[in-house]
Amino acid sequence: MPLTDSLRNDILAAVPSLRAFAISLSGNADRADDLVQETLLRALANIDSFQPGSNLPAWLFTILRNLFRSDYRKRRREVEDAEGNYAKTLKTQPSQNAHLEFEEFRTALDKLPQDQREALILVGASGFSYEDAASICGCAVGTIKSRVNRARSKLAALLYVDGAEDFGPDETVRAVIGGSGG
Amino acid sequence: MKDLKSQASKSTTPGKGGLTPEIQSRIGHQLRAMYDDVVRQGVPDRFAELIKKLDAQGATPHVENEGGSNDNNNGRD
Repeated sequence: MPLTDSLRNDILAAVPSLRAFAISLSGNADRADDLVQETLLRALANIDSFQPGSNLPAWLFTILRNLFRSDYRKRRREVEDAEGNYAKTLKTQPSQNAHLEFEEFRTALDKLPQDQREALILVGASGFSYEDAASICGCAVGTIKSRVNRARSKLAALLYVDGAEDFGPDETVRAVIGGSGG
Repeated sequence: MKDLKSQASKSTTPGKGGLTPEIQSRIGHQLRAMYDDVVRQGVPDRFAELIKKLDAQGATPHVENEGGSNDNNNGRD
């Protein structure tokens, strides 16, 4: 369809979440904005292929996701850049504790396989249905579900280590009791 | 191939060390906090201007690739 005023406004309205998606994927604010720009250029150039009444955000996310993927193949993620750069995008500096927790989360998220990370972000943060996420990633709904589940499990394992029970009160009490035998 | 993988992970996911509802909601909360922080920044001028500019040009350049197709958009060098 042609670029109407309302379509243009809808595209603009999608920019904030496109940026959030791009930053979550790439971990790099500058690169994220380049991705968004490229996405907008491509979307406008191909606006004729957008079906009126279909899901515009999903269409735009698909473009961005594919751009990120093809870009990713060309160059590896600049991991060392990720955290510092992301922190710059924050408007308010979080308190020390919150900041640490945030960085831990960000680091854990970066450790996920790309498939799992994008699935988790689309469903858990962008708020897409499993169906929409599947169409954005070009895979089956069941695949998205299992990727999201695996992503959650892995994050949980990285962040809230379940080995904690090995050092639980029982162990401590037993050690104390055992040590004070006499 | 994928089936094998997902079967293997199925057997290890739930169980003891798995996801309590509390941990699930904590992950969800952190994920959204990270994401929404960027969303709240709104539309940077750069993008508003970009769209205005392209719009003013009227004719949007036509690219052969379909934007919505999966996995083969290597339009840039």
